[in-house]
Amino acid sequence: MSDMMRVSSNPHIRSKVTTDKIMLCVVLALLPATIFGVWNFGLHALWQVLLTIAACVAAEAVYELIMKKKLTVLDFSAVVTGLLLGLNMPPAAPLWVGPFGGVFAIVVVKMLFGGLGANFMNPALGARCFLVISFPAIMTNFNCDAYSGATPLAQIKAGETVNIFNMVMGRTGGTIGETSMVAIVAGACFLILLGIIDLKIPASYIVTFVIFYGLFSGHGFDPYYISAQLAGGGLMLGAFFMATDYVTRPVTKIGQIVFGIILGLLTGIFRVFGASGEGVSYAIIIGNLLVPLITRFTAPKAFGEGGERI
Amino acid sequence: MNKCIERLHNGILKENPTLVLMLGMCPTLAVTTSAINGLGMGLTTTVVLALSNMIIAALRKVIPDKIRIPAFIVIIASFVTIMQLLLQAYIPTLYKALGIYIPLIVVNCIILGRAEAYAYKNPVLPSLFDGLGMGLGFTIALTIIGLLREFIGGCSVFGYELNLFTPVSIFKMAPGAFFVLALLTAIQNQAKIVGAKKGKDVSKIQSGCGSDCLNCTVGDCADRVAAVSAPAADEVNVVKEENA
Repeated sequence: MSDMMRVSSNPHIRSKVTTDKIMLCVVLALLPATIFGVWNFGLHALWQVLLTIAACVAAEAVYELIMKKKLTVLDFSAVVTGLLLGLNMPPAAPLWVGPFGGVFAIVVVKMLFGGLGANFMNPALGARCFLVISFPAIMTNFNCDAYSGATPLAQIKAGETVNIFNMVMGRTGGTIGETSMVAIVAGACFLILLGIIDLKIPASYIVTFVIFYGLFSGHGFDPYYISAQLAGGGLMLGAFFMATDYVTRPVTKIGQIVFGIILGLLTGIFRVFGASGEGVSYAIIIGNLLVPLITRFTAPKAFGEGGERI
Repeated sequence: MNKCIERLHNGILKENPTLVLMLGMCPTLAVTTSAINGLGMGLTTTVVLALSNMIIAALRKVIPDKIRIPAFIVIIASFVTIMQLLLQAYIPTLYKALGIYIPLIVVNCIILGRAEAYAYKNPVLPSLFDGLGMGLGFTIALTIIGLLREFIGGCSVFGYELNLFTPVSIFKMAPGAFFVLALLTAIQNQAKIVGAKKGKDVSKIQSGCGSDCLNCTVGDCADRVAAVSAPAADEVNVVKEENA
């Protein structure tokens, strides 16, 4: 008997868009930034990214085998986590640091809380913050063969001048995948055109950050400083690829805008008033913690619910 | 004497205050940045716990029921003050390392918990050993946590630098305390599951008293329970809040 004749309970129509297809698209969208990072920083960067991805996938598989759970490594989510973490590594870090963080991301941040869909925090960012706190000397050393000295954001913080064009193109120091605004935005456009992410979170995030920076940084709405802040550091990578993570963002439309505004405020506070020039990763993981509350307070009311009693 | 050994076993393994009863979390998480700090904190608490348990057991017939908590606190605070002055005089480095957490032993829930759950209902000698057992269980747990945090977070053991690997310094900070404590608790739970599968009775583990009065061998508390449950309901609630 053909499949057409088989009777089953609903749902009868299933979307062709599955988790693994979405994750594969995210990997594709991150490729421009990855390729640019490897071209910018050299082969060591490529090894870091590849080893981090391998560690994430292996950690997920091993954990699921030990715990006798269903193997979910083929859904590419571990690959995305590894790739994002790899892109967040300083180019000259020793090769063991990325995989170490990858194992932490998968085992502690993701699998212990129930695996994909149940983690309360973006695994890649959780692991990045774990690494920054654990190995501050390694994770904030952005000297490598190609570049030496401070990152553009640290230079601005110290009152030095930066070359905006180089920052937009990505020819500056920084983590492997964050430097090129052009490559990141190209990848993000691909995702937006496919409808995998939309502009609610990134737009409200970036607009809030720009307004906050203009009001409180002391530089006003000077295009030079604003464009330097947008092109420098992990703001673009965070806004388009990490804040939009399906699992750790609010599900309601208003909630997503509120989430973006909170991220913009936190990033602004960290960058303007903090000791370091960067604050995107901490802003996003703190925002992640607030997601359940945001979702709860912005949940749509069912028809007839609430209102005055007659 | 058999009962005394049973009390030691109970405190160190079966009802380990840190890993099973989850009492006294504040010093557990705060002072275990190194093995020596954990050991010092544990031993200080052990001395206070054993002595206060003993005195409370000796005075259990004298202390009126309604004001027993203030009476316990006075006894415990006296011993803590003695310990604090002794540490300050003879081990000033440890005194500095533990800091505010020494006076805070007064409000350590393990001590008040054992006074309430055991010492107030039992004779002097078993109470002393109960305090010793619980204190040693606390000490062992704190030392293990401190050892792991010091080893992973600073690559040293009891202060000796090893230089084996790059220290993961997050383990010296607050998150590391939670990681290590969670790990040890997971191991303990796993051991309990394995024990239950082998047919051991684990129903009474993890309860200070168990409230299983029918099968309870400790006894002595029946008249006090009756006295507490007799008054109006709101008064009972007040007592419960005090106990919490």
